[in-house]
Amino acid sequence: MSTLLDVKNIAKRFTVSRGLGAKPATVHAVDDVSFTISHGETLGLVGESGCGKSTVGKMIVRLLEPDEGEVMLAGEPISHLSHRAMRPFRRKVQMVFQDPNGSLDPRQRAGDIVEEPLVVHGIGNAAERRARVENLFSRVGLRPDQMTNVPSKFSGGQRQRLAIARALALNPSLIVADEPVSALDVSIQAQVINLMSDIQREFGLAYLFVAHDLGVVQHISDRVAVMYLGRIVEIGDTSSVYLRPSHPYTHTLMDAVPRPDPARRHHRPAIARGEVPSPLNPPSGCAFHPRCPMATYICRQERPLLRRVASGAEVACHHAE
Amino acid sequence: MTPLLSIEGLTVELSTGDRNFEAVSDITLAVARNEVLALVGESGSGKSMTAMAIMRLLPEPVADIVAGTILFDGIDLASASEAALRGIRGNRIGLIFQEPMTSLNPSIRVGPQVAEVLRLHKGLDAVNARRRVEQLFEQVRIPDPRRRYDDYPHQMSGGMRQRVVIALALACDPDVLIADEPTTALDVTTQAQILETFRDLQASVGAATILITHDLAVVAETADRIAVMYAGRIVEETTTEQLFASPRHPYTHGLLGSIPHVADTDATRRGDRLPEIAGTVPALWALPPGCAFEPRCPRASDRCLSERPPLAELAPGHKTACWHPVETAA
Ligand SMILES: Nc1ncnc2c1ncn2[C@@H]1O[C@H](COP(=O)(O)OP(=O)(O)OP(=O)(O)O)[C@@H](O)[C@H]1O
Ligand SMILES: Nc1ncnc2c1ncn2[C@@H]1O[C@H](COP(=O)(O)OP(=O)(O)O)[C@@H](O)[C@H]1O
Ligand code: SF4
Ligand code: SF4
Ligand SMILES: [Mg+2]
Ligand SMILES: [Mg+2]
Repeated sequence: MSTLLDVKNIAKRFTVSRGLGAKPATVHAVDDVSFTISHGETLGLVGESGCGKSTVGKMIVRLLEPDEGEVMLAGEPISHLSHRAMRPFRRKVQMVFQDPNGSLDPRQRAGDIVEEPLVVHGIGNAAERRARVENLFSRVGLRPDQMTNVPSKFSGGQRQRLAIARALALNPSLIVADEPVSALDVSIQAQVINLMSDIQREFGLAYLFVAHDLGVVQHISDRVAVMYLGRIVEIGDTSSVYLRPSHPYTHTLMDAVPRPDPARRHHRPAIARGEVPSPLNPPSGCAFHPRCPMATYICRQERPLLRRVASGAEVACHHAE
Repeated sequence: MTPLLSIEGLTVELSTGDRNFEAVSDITLAVARNEVLALVGESGSGKSMTAMAIMRLLPEPVADIVAGTILFDGIDLASASEAALRGIRGNRIGLIFQEPMTSLNPSIRVGPQVAEVLRLHKGLDAVNARRRVEQLFEQVRIPDPRRRYDDYPHQMSGGMRQRVVIALALACDPDVLIADEPTTALDVTTQAQILETFRDLQASVGAATILITHDLAVVAETADRIAVMYAGRIVEETTTEQLFASPRHPYTHGLLGSIPHVADTDATRRGDRLPEIAGTVPALWALPPGCAFEPRCPRASDRCLSERPPLAELAPGHKTACWHPVETAA
């Protein structure tokens, strides 16, 4: 499989105020993050709230510009292209958000919402566009007669279908999906996950699938990247990361996820102590060292770099094997 | 085991502008001392309304108990006076909500907030109240409890705030504990820590506990018994082991099959389609006359369209509301 997306050492910093009188502080939301996604592949991106997942996603779709590094799409650097030069690439990368309400104009009719990207990019005449929209509606499981409804007439799951139809309109090669099923009722999540798998096969789509739900990510991803405080700490095949986690934080995460297994009521793995430190004041060396049962002197001094370990995954840990 | 809290035929009606409907319909439940009963269901299925009804904290005048009894230690909470309820809430019945700030006052330091409850309900003097609060903070594993005593809620992380709420709920050694989505807003490692604390303390206090959540995996690891709600009614109720081994209601069965939980094997291949539950959750004001799950149910017959199935004990200790229950696993 050939490389579609090549993310090279991207970083993003935000300046946040700390209240009256205090000096503003800098958050390293994303630091030195690199990965690739091949055509038709799904990379899952997991980690706890605030670790930088959405910021990575936004830099890929150019909602944010990286402070350092570069995003390459099909071999072209796109991070610093002008609005105009970006156009042909915009079509190739689309985004689907957690909260479809926030991303859909409440006054616009559903059909117009899906047609809009076609109009903006000057694709087809009115009749051709309408046919395409109808086709997309039925493809995502909406009825063409719902094209005249406003978003509030749709259920949460249907609104997410609508957002997916709009993302598909321009035939993208990559969809960045940020928590696409988290806001949905549990009985609706499987429908949307299946829809995403089906259209992936049909259109040869690649996904960056951002989620905190580790079960959903395991189901849908070919490879998985685990983030902690702005950095990737482990990246590899889904089965390596889930079944043979090599980074102590990945271990902690996997052990913490509840399983639908009543036997675990009586013997559950030991639970890691401590909390995620503030990103305003990250620990020295390896950011996980205050919580890590394997931490030694070097962990407090030196930041570990990603390197390949026995499981086949790449892991940023001095002591992983 | 004699139940400590028993709810019978509880019905909560909502009147919002142009509509009247039942958010909770004819619910019967009982919890004994030392027992954790989980109430699970999707958003809007009536879990929180049930909890609010038990505590008589329903949003007025929108919601009202229109039928049923809630017996706690010989008192019917459904008809008890506000004065009687004030002596019970936060004292003999402890409460934990999803959002810790529902229970905490943002402008009062956390230690004194918990101490105030002890003074009010237990008559402790200032010195003893403070000593007890520090003990409680230690029990809920707040690191450095003496120093955190004087923190304001906003100076704490979400996980720490929820620990304070657990301390508050347990301060008066309650007989009953009601926890509504206590870990839903938390990250997975924090959730695991809080659930562990919750389980340990629940067991040491021996409180009869109702744990409300939409997360079946949390339930599997925490509850003794489970009641599944759909559209305001209990559709299945049995022990945790039984429910996971042999769900009989098509809705429960569908849910257990459709949610991708973390698997410790490679058994499910990536890209495999998940079994889906078709359709969407119905609006409570437009429920079908028969079984509320009928429009989505693969087992539905004509009878399901017109007649509502009662919650019946199909096997000892296993109740299901369905005309055509899923066969038991062999
Ligand atoms: N516009 C912004 N201004 C200031 N800080 C920001 C901004 N956007 C994000 N951050 C900070 O950057 C860090 C990473 O945030 P991000 O939204 O990428 O996290 P996330 O992993 O997507 O979290 P979640 O799981 O909660 O969605 C956090 O510390 C966050 O507070
Ligand atoms: N304050 C309120 N005013 C009007 N309707 C409400 C209110 N709170 C809840 N409801 C409605 O009551 C029903 C049950 O809600 P709830 O008990 O909160 O469900 P759950 O906790 O299972 O998600 C839903 O239809 C919900 O929209
Ligand atoms: S580098 Fe050290 S502290 Fe960091 S995860 Fe590895 S062992 Fe733990
Ligand atoms: S009563 Fe009928 S419709 Fe309802 S769950 Fe059972 S089989 Fe399905
Ligand atoms: Mg995010
Ligand atoms: Mg609720």
